[in-house]
This record gives sequence, C-alpha cells and structure tokens, in this order.
Amino acid sequence: MQFPILSIIVFTPIITGILILLIPAERKTEVRVTALAAATFALALSIWAYFGYDIPAGGYQFIEKYSWLPQFGISYHVGIDGMSAPLVLLTGVVMFTGVLISWGLDDRPREFFAFLFILATGVFGVFVALDLFMLFFFYEIAVFPMYLLIAIWGWKETREYAAMKLTLYLFIGSVVALVGALAMYFTSGLGTFDMLQLENAGFSTTFQRVVFPFVFFGFAVLGGIFPFHNWSPDGHVAAPTAVSMFHAGVLMKLGAFAALRVGIMLLPEGAKFHMGWIILLTLVNVVYGAYIAMVQTDFKYVIGFSSVSHMGLVAMGFATLNADGMLGAGVQMFSHGVMTALFFAVVGMVYDRAHTREIPRLGGFRKMMPLVTLAFIIGGLVSMGMPGLSGFIAEFPIFMGVWGTAPWIAIVAAISIVITASYIIRIIGRVFFGQVPEEFEGHITDVTVLDKVALVLLSAILIVVGIYPAIMTPLVESGVNNILRLLGGA
Amino acid sequence: MSEIPFEPWWIIAILPEILLIVLAILILTLDLVLPVASRRNLGWVTAGGLGLILILALIFSRPTGEALIWGGMLAQDWLGFTFRMLFLFAAAMTAMFSMDLPRLGNRGEFYVLMLASTLGMMLMASSADLIMLYLAIETTSIPLYVLAGFLTQDDKSTESGFKYLLFGAMTSAIMLYGFSLLYGFAGTTNLYELATRFQQGIVSDATLMGVLLLVLVGFGFKISAVPLHFWAPDVYEGSPTPIAGFLSTASKAAGFAVLLRVFLAVFPALAPYWGAIIAALATATMTLGNLLALAQKNIKRLLAYSSIAHAGYAMIGVVAVSYLGASATVFYLIAYVVTNLAAFGVVAAVGRITGSDEIASYAGISRRSPWIGIAILVSFLSLAGMPPFGGFIVKFVVFAAAVEAGMIWLAVVGVLNSIIGLYYYLTVLKHVYLYRSEDEGKPLPITRPYAVGLVVLILGIILIGTVFAPWITLSGSAAAGLF
Repeated sequence: MQFPILSIIVFTPIITGILILLIPAERKTEVRVTALAAATFALALSIWAYFGYDIPAGGYQFIEKYSWLPQFGISYHVGIDGMSAPLVLLTGVVMFTGVLISWGLDDRPREFFAFLFILATGVFGVFVALDLFMLFFFYEIAVFPMYLLIAIWGWKETREYAAMKLTLYLFIGSVVALVGALAMYFTSGLGTFDMLQLENAGFSTTFQRVVFPFVFFGFAVLGGIFPFHNWSPDGHVAAPTAVSMFHAGVLMKLGAFAALRVGIMLLPEGAKFHMGWIILLTLVNVVYGAYIAMVQTDFKYVIGFSSVSHMGLVAMGFATLNADGMLGAGVQMFSHGVMTALFFAVVGMVYDRAHTREIPRLGGFRKMMPLVTLAFIIGGLVSMGMPGLSGFIAEFPIFMGVWGTAPWIAIVAAISIVITASYIIRIIGRVFFGQVPEEFEGHITDVTVLDKVALVLLSAILIVVGIYPAIMTPLVESGVNNILRLLGGA
Repeated sequence: MSEIPFEPWWIIAILPEILLIVLAILILTLDLVLPVASRRNLGWVTAGGLGLILILALIFSRPTGEALIWGGMLAQDWLGFTFRMLFLFAAAMTAMFSMDLPRLGNRGEFYVLMLASTLGMMLMASSADLIMLYLAIETTSIPLYVLAGFLTQDDKSTESGFKYLLFGAMTSAIMLYGFSLLYGFAGTTNLYELATRFQQGIVSDATLMGVLLLVLVGFGFKISAVPLHFWAPDVYEGSPTPIAGFLSTASKAAGFAVLLRVFLAVFPALAPYWGAIIAALATATMTLGNLLALAQKNIKRLLAYSSIAHAGYAMIGVVAVSYLGASATVFYLIAYVVTNLAAFGVVAAVGRITGSDEIASYAGISRRSPWIGIAILVSFLSLAGMPPFGGFIVKFVVFAAAVEAGMIWLAVVGVLNSIIGLYYYLTVLKHVYLYRSEDEGKPLPITRPYAVGLVVLILGIILIGTVFAPWITLSGSAAAGLF
C-alpha cells in the first residue's frame, strides 16, 4: 500500500483543530504555534502531492479507496488529477499564509484556528473527493465554520447579516445540488456514488438537460455566478482577514470546481445544451463585477467585487467547453486564489493600522509599508493580466477559448481588463502613493515579519507561474484532456 | 410471523423488561434506606442500572429470528429490539441530566416513574396485539403526565402536566375507539392476524381508512405531528427540562415504532391511501414546525417546534413505503434521539445555573464555558443537518428514500425546510458565540453527571455522523421485519 498522502492532507487540519481545542484558552502562543506547525505540514504535503503527480501518466493519482457505507455504494475515495492538484496546493498555501497573517488575533484564537482548520479540512476534502457523497459531506463541512468565523471575528458593522446571508445562500445551493445528485444516483441504477463510475452511467440526454441546471447552479452559487453572486462581496468584506483570504481565495474555487466535477463532467450533454446561455451570465459577471468594483469607495469592497469579476472568467472558461478555455480556467482558479489572498491580506494590514477602508481617506502608505505596496502592485498587475505574471497565463487562454466559440463575447469581456486596470491603478495611486493624511502621521507602523513572509510567498508564486508557466500548464492540460474525453472530444 | 408454543428463551427475550422492574424495586428500596442528602445518587444507580441492562440485553436478548411470543402479545424482532435499546439509552441519559436539579434529582419516585414509562415504551415497540399495544401506550403515558407536572410548586409545570394529560386522554380515547372497530371487523386483536384477515377483503378500503385515521390520531399525538402538535411547546416549556428531552426523544421514537409496525406490517395494502395522508402530514409538520420555531424566544419552545419539524422529516421515510424508507426512519430516529438528548442536556445544564430558558440568556455562554459552547454547537449543527454530525447522514438517507420512491417533491420540501431550520439553529449559536453579556465573568460550573452524559452524547453524534455502516445495517435489519 502506498503512503496515504491525500488522507493525511485532508485530516491534518481537523485533527489539529480538535487538538487545539484541548489547549487551555489562555495559552495563546501554544495555540498559534500548533496551528502554524500543522499548516506548514499540510503545505509541505500539498507541495509534495503537486510535484509528485505524474503528468505523462495522467488520470487520477494518489488514489485511496475504502468502503464507507456499502449499502449505498458510498466509499471514501480520494485522488487528484490535473485540475485538482493545483487547487490542493492553493489551499495549502492559503492556509499557511492565513495562519501567519492571523498571528496577532487576540480574541479567542483557540476557537478561531480550530474553526479555520475544520474549514480547511472541508476544502481539501472536496478537492480530492472522487465520490459524490463524500464531495457533499466535505462541502457542507466547509460551509458552517464560515458562519462562525465571520459572525464572531468579522467586521462589526455587517458581520451578522453577511454571515447569515452567506450561509443560507451556500446551503440552499448545496441542497439543491444534493437533490440533483440523488436523482443521478437512483437514475443511474449503478447503486454507487463513485464519480468515476457515474461518469460512464450513460444518462439519457433529456435527464442530463433537466438535472444539469440544478447541479451546476447549486454549486456555482459558491463560485459567485451572476445572479447568485450577491452574498460574496458582503461576505468577503465582513470576514476577518484570514477568512477573507480563505473565502475568496479557496472557497469560491470550491464552487467552481464542484460545478465542473459534478455538473460538467457527469452531465456533459446537459453542459453542452445549457452552456450557450450560461456563458452570457458569466459575461455579466466579468464586466458588471469589474464595473461595480470600480465605483466602490471601500477598499475591501473593491477587492470583493473584483473577485466576482475574476471568478466570472473561470466560469466563462468552463462554459467554452473547449481545451483553451478549460486550461485557462484551471490556471485562473489557482492564480486568482493566490492573487486575491494577497489582496485581502494587504487590505487587512492597511485596515488594522488605519482603522478605515475608505479609499479617499487613505494615502501614502508606501512610506510606512514599502513591502506591502510592492506586493499589492504585483497582485494588481496579475489582476490586469500583465504578461510575465500568472494572470496572463490564465486569462489569455480563456480569451482564446471564448474567441473560439463566440468572438463577440470575448470582445465585450475584454472591456473588463480596462476597467480592472482603472480600479487597480486608482487604489495604488490613492492608497499607497500621494500624501499621508494628517490623522495617520506618525503612528502607522510597518507590518510584522510574519506578515512579510506571507506576502513574499504569495507574490513569489504569482511571479514563478508567470515566468515559468511550464510548472503548471502541462499539469492542468492533463486534467483538461480528461474532461474533454467526457465531453466527447469537443 | 407465527405463534409458537412456550419455550424458555421467551424469558430471556424479555430480560430487559424484567430487569427494569427489578431496578425500579431497587430504587424504591434505596429511597427508603438512603439518607436524604445522598438520594441524589439514585440517579447514578438508575443510569448505571440502565446501562447494565443495555449491555446484558445486547449480549443475551438479541433476537435470532422473528416470532410471536407470550401468546402472541409480543413480537420478537429487530424492529422492537432496536427501539428498546434506544429507550434504555435515552432513559439512562435522562436520569443523569435530572440528578442535579432541585426538587427532582433527590426524589426516588421520580426515577421509578421514569423507569415505568420506559417499560411502557419498550412494550410499545414490541407489542403485536392491540390490547397489549394499548396497555403499553398507557403505561408509557400515565407516568409521563405525572413527570411533566412533577414540580408541584411551579405553576407552569403543573399546567403542563395537566395539559398533557387532557390532550393525551382525548387522543387515546379516539385511538381506542379505532382499535375497537378493528377488533369488531376482524374478530381478532393480534396485529398479524388482522393483516391476514383484512387481506381477504372483509371490509371495504374506505371504511378501513376511516378506522385507520382514528388510530392515527393516537399515534400522531405521540409523535407530535401537525395538527396534533399543540401540546408540545407548552408541555416542553413547563415540564422539567430532562423530562422535556425524554418526551421529545424516547416517547416520540416509541410513537414511530408503533406507527411503523401498524401501518407497514398490518396495512401495506392500503399504503397508497395512508401514504398520501402521511405525506401531507409530513409536509405540514415540517413546515409549520420550522416556521413557528423561527419566532421563539424561549429555547425549550424552540426545541419543541424543532422536534415537531424533525417528526416531519422522520415521517418522510414512512411515506416512502419501502425497505429503504423504513430503515431511513429508524436511522433518523437513532440519530435524532442522541442529538436531541444532547440539546436538552445542555439546556438543563445551563438553565440550572442561569435560572432562565430565554435564548437571550445564552449570550456569552461560550466565554463562560467553552465546553458548553462546543456541546451546543455540535448538537444544534447536528439538528440542522451538518456533517460530520449525525444529523447530516440521516437527512441524506431520508431524502434518498423519498427520491427512490419517486417523491422528489417531498425531498425538495424537506430540503427547503432544512434551510429554515439552519437559520434558527444558527441564531442560537449566534447568542452562544457572538453576543456579549454582563455575566461573562461568572463561571458556569458543570457537574459530573452532565459532563459524563454530554460527552457520551457528543461522541455518539460524531460517531453516527462519520461511521455510518453499522447504523445502517442495524436500521436495515429493523426494517427488514416489516416487509
């Protein structure tokens, strides 16, 4: 038997979370050190899994399968392919940097890290799940800690509202998808929830066309698809920094990924039938999201809506159902995850010191925190799709793919790049350059070493993927080939 | 299932019931002997004794096949056995949660009444004869009326006991009338005989359905299904908290045991008719329970409405009229009993210190006692149906049963309801974790019985929610006898 690397990745966070709960509440440093140790361990393993994936062999690797509920054909079945491997790595990175950034959190850090780690287990579980039931199981595990994390440690003004809104949205989405999944289970007649077997269930075209919207939109809610994106900016803004990072960086990918895995891969005929109009929704996401981001005055809302816009590109890539679009979407999930984690980290650092996020009231932070400024500029350039950074590697194929199906959509969508550039440059100019307002004079300090480590790590990843795309694209391509095979070589 | 002549193992088959009576006598004796100050320990004796009975029963009394014993009065099968074990467990937990309550835990008769009621439930789950069934239901109910009104200095408790008695007596009379008609038509009181006779078509379906409705009134009261749910919130609010927990778990499960046996084993031919009725009732029960729970300010009333809603989910499995459906209901009840006992246990533990059952008084609880916070978190999220807790898998199985039976609409209703449910469970958690209160500095001491009971229940919730296979096997064998 091989080393159960994926299981260890999945269960390390939750076991650590439980152990953390056993540490007495007042020993906060021990809590933090334990959390960091576990996060480092999980990151190391996810790096190992990422680079250990054998690209020429393709398919699902590091497979483990144990019977869980044999009466229903439910098994604990995990494995990663070219699509999910980058996402596992992404989760490891965000978890690690999230712990670093939350080091200074003083209100009940024990519970905070415990809930954050339960969330991480849910996320890892979804990315590696090859069993439909298991996917739901972990998906729900990822949803509820979010409520507590936002409601307890979030921004006082909106946290209760935002947390409840987010939880209900996601729960509604997931249960709608659940009914669709049960229909798939019983219709297939195979008596199994194993997705590798359900891929070959041979559902009738009619069935696929009817069920697809339920499953796809049920999950895509979490991916922030228009018109169900409404929870996401509120949630991002209300959440504490590390949770915003997790939320926008990883959780939204969870939705997109599950919509791909369950919706498109198991119901390919349904996907082909519906994608014609879904791509229009994603276009709204991309352009409208960017436009709303532009008119925000709250720093964090700008980033929140930019996530909606960028996740729209992911969904758009999927909606093309062709090799280029899928490849771009796969890379974009990773690239956006790292980029947005970086953005939210920066927003958190600025807010912690200035106690305001109103862009007109900020200014000149370059002088106090040079490294943060540099990191934000790198993130901003990624966001605009500048060549040499990961954003370009992701967005260029998406636009190519869209051009291949509907050129005019690509043209309209390209407007978003201009809008993105405008809001990013505005923030850089207003917040980081210019005059320091008098109220901040003298008492804004630079960020801590741990914060810097987190920012450097995140920026470095964006640059490495940008200048050496071969580190990621062949891997994602192998995953895309698998999807295209199911779509009938489209 | 057929009757067989007396064999010595019949005594072993009812060993739990016999030991239960022995335990009750022991408690009565100890109550006379022990000094008042240490009578609280009767709770340990009760809980320990019940635990011992549970273990002995699991070792010796497991049913080997299906048979009617004791003159056709009792059915020896896994359906009855599973529920009987569940009642023993629930009674043990309730005894522990009652120990430290003033004017309750140090009264020997309290434990004896609870054991008497448990005995009734155990007989309910396995009775195979209308007369036995009626006696068992009354043996269950009468001690519960007393227990609900046990705190005689408390007006609310007395009121709740009396209200429960009035509702119970009325529905029981209607049910008894239904029983008498069944006997009148068929000339037998044995359930399985009834099944055979009615298959010969001695009565028209319409008449039989009418009679079944009368019977359903009695069962519906036990499981607090809409429109027979009115008693539940008032009675739960007024009665001592552990008893409210006992009512909402064991007593409700007993009602379901009877419902499953009578409707599925005796009247399978009429399933299309009563299935439609119960489907409508399940929809109403879920929806009304959840909607009314939204407005509650008192945690016991909230749990009362939530337990009404949960009866609705469990009924989905009955409606499916299938093997999967019946086992889903049994499984649902197992998880629900464990979860709801934990929820009421926490409420009892907190109420004992704060003296209030208002949801507002839960503000800052997680800061006063992180462990109580976690216990509330686990039990309420399990009620909401979140993994990795028991509530998730059982909802999944119940909805699966509905989809399998071609009733996707019912699964959708259930799903929508669980969204409403999530909202009010989260509202409670918001008080526990988010809101601050002036009492934060005060400690929230948890006595040993609560600690032991809650740890067992929380572990149980997680165990059910992660290791499913043994539970499904158990519920499956319980359901197998019905088809």
